[in-house]
Amino acid sequence: MDLLKRYIPVLFLLALVVIIQLVTQFTETTYYLTQLTMSAYYSVVVIGLCVLMGYGGQISLGHAGFFAIGGYLAGALTTHNLLPFKEQGLVVFLDKLGLLIAGKDLYGGDLLTVEPWAACITAVLTAGIIGLAIGGPVLKLKGHYLAMATLGFGIIIYRIALASGYFGEADGVSEVPGFKLLPGIEVSGSFGARTLNYYIAWGMVIFGVILLLNLIHSRVGRALRSIHGAEEAANAMGINTARYKLYIFVLSAVFAAFAGVFMTHYNGGIGPSEAGIMKSVRYVAIVAVGGMANLWGALIMGIVLNFLSLRGVFGSYDDAVFGVILIIIMLFAPEGILKINPWQKIKSLFTLFMAQKNEESAEN
Amino acid sequence: MALLEIQNLNRRFGGLQAVNNVSFIVEQGMIKAVIGPNGAGKTTLFNLIAGNLPANSGTIHFNSKRINGLKPYQIAQGGLSRTYQNIKLFHGMTALENVMVGRHIRSRAGFMAGMLNLPWTWPEERKIREKAMEYLDLLGVADCADTEISNLSFGQQRGVEFARALATEPTLLLLDEPAAGLNIYETVEIGRLISKIRESGITILLVEHDMSLVMDISDEIVVLSFGEKIAEDLPHNIQQNEEVIRIYLGDEG
Repeated sequence: MDLLKRYIPVLFLLALVVIIQLVTQFTETTYYLTQLTMSAYYSVVVIGLCVLMGYGGQISLGHAGFFAIGGYLAGALTTHNLLPFKEQGLVVFLDKLGLLIAGKDLYGGDLLTVEPWAACITAVLTAGIIGLAIGGPVLKLKGHYLAMATLGFGIIIYRIALASGYFGEADGVSEVPGFKLLPGIEVSGSFGARTLNYYIAWGMVIFGVILLLNLIHSRVGRALRSIHGAEEAANAMGINTARYKLYIFVLSAVFAAFAGVFMTHYNGGIGPSEAGIMKSVRYVAIVAVGGMANLWGALIMGIVLNFLSLRGVFGSYDDAVFGVILIIIMLFAPEGILKINPWQKIKSLFTLFMAQKNEESAEN
Repeated sequence: MALLEIQNLNRRFGGLQAVNNVSFIVEQGMIKAVIGPNGAGKTTLFNLIAGNLPANSGTIHFNSKRINGLKPYQIAQGGLSRTYQNIKLFHGMTALENVMVGRHIRSRAGFMAGMLNLPWTWPEERKIREKAMEYLDLLGVADCADTEISNLSFGQQRGVEFARALATEPTLLLLDEPAAGLNIYETVEIGRLISKIRESGITILLVEHDMSLVMDISDEIVVLSFGEKIAEDLPHNIQQNEEVIRIYLGDEG
C-alpha cells in the first residue's frame, strides 16, 4: 500500500512525459522537446540537490561544479585525440582493455578517443571522489559557513575550466560525439534522435526520482531527515550524522555529474558557464521555490523554470530573474510555493467530502 | 553491578567550574536522581555523560567501558539513550517517523539497500514500524502517530520523545527534567511511567526539579551545588540533610 502510494505520482509523471511528447508530435512543435530534454538533465541536478538541502539540511552553492566535472571530463575524454600518444604505456594499456575507440574527426582525420561508457564512469567516479574529499572537511561547517565553503569549491572548478587548455579555456569542449548507451540508443543532439533523447533524459529523471523516493522513505532516509530536524538528537539516537551527511553530499554530486555527462553528449559540448556560480545559485533557487523538503516540488519547478529560461522567456535578465526568485522565496515563502503533496491533497479533499456526506446522512 | 561509574569528573567553562570533581555510580536497575539549584551543573553533567561535551578530566565508565572521548552516537550505540529538558524532536517528521528513527541502531538496511528498495529490507521496515507503534502505544500517544510533530501538544511531544528514547532499547536512560512543563496530574503519570520503565529492566538517571516526584520514585539521590557533589543518599535521608535544606531554602530557612 505504502509502495503504491509512493509510486503512483511516478506513474503520473511517466504518463505526462508520454502525453507531452505525443502532443508536440501532433501539433508539430517537436522543437520544444530539445528544451524539455535539457530541462530534464538540469532537473536531475535539482532533485539530487533537493535531497541534500531539503532532507539532509545541508546547502551547496557549488553543485554546478559537480555538473561541470562530469560534463567536462566526459567531453574531453571522448574528444581529445590520443593518437599522438599511441606508443605511451598508459594509452597502450587502455587500448588493450578495450576502453579506447577509433573514429574520424570532422575533416576525416583518424581519431583515437576514450569510449563514452569508460569516460562516463571515469567522470562520475571522479565527481564522487572529489565530493568525498571536499565533503569530509566542509560538511563539518554549518549554515552560511557551509554555503561559503561550497561556493569556494564552485569557484575553483569554474576557474579551472576557464584556465585549462585541456578543457578548452573560454571555448569549452566541443565536437563531443554521441554516447551509445546500447546499440541503437545514442545520446546525441542529432535531429533524428530528438524524440529518443527526450525519452532517455526523462528516463533518467524518473529513475533518479524512484531512487530518491525510496531513499527518503528508508531507514537511511529517516536518519537524514532527523539530522535536518535536530542534529544533536539524531546523534543521541546512535546516528553517525557526519557519515550520513557525507553520503548524501556524494550522492547529490554523483547525480549532478551524471546529468553533466549526458547533457554534454546531448549538446555536443560544454562551456565554462555550466560551471559558473550563477548556475549553482540557480539550482539552489529552484530547490527553494519547489519547497526544500519536497522532491516533487523541486522537480516541477526544475522543469518549468529551466524550460522558460531555455526558451529565452527571461531574455537577457535570465540570471537576474533567478536571483530575484531566490530573494522573494526566502522572504515570503521559505517553504516553497508548491507545498503540495498530490496524494495528501486528494486524501484531504476525500475525507472532507466523506465528512460532509456523513453530516448530511446524519441530518436526514 | 555498577552500570555507570563517574570518577573525578571536571568541566570548566572559562572561569566557571561547572562540574567539579564529581564521582558517583549508578547501579544496574535503579532510579537515581540528580538534584540541585539552578546552575548546579546538572545539565552539564548529562551532556558530559552523553558525549555532547568533552570533560576536562575524570572518567566515565558505562557497562565497564570507558565512554568519555567517544562520540554521542557511539555512546548511544552502546545502549545509552536520553530525553532533553527542552524537547528535541525531529521537525518535519511525524510522531511515528520520530520513533522509527529510534529504531535506527536496532536495524541495518544501508544506503544502497534503501535506495534500491531491496526486498530484504521490507520485513525489517515493517518490524521498525510495528515496534515504533508499540512504543507510541505504551506512551499513550498512538493516536497522533501520523501527525507532524509541531502540531502536537507539549505533553504529547514529551510522550513521543520518551517513546523515541525507549525505541532504542537502552540499558541506561537519561531523563533531563521529564516533568518540566507538565501539570500535577501529568507529573504523577510520568512518575508511574518511569517506575514502569525501570521494572522493564532499564536503569534510569534523571535530573528533576519536582521534589515530590524525585522523592517518590528515586532509589538514591545525588545533590549538586555549584558543580560539586554535596550529598548522595537515600531520599528520606536527603530530606533531612541539613546542608541540602540550607542550599534549597537559604541560610535563614
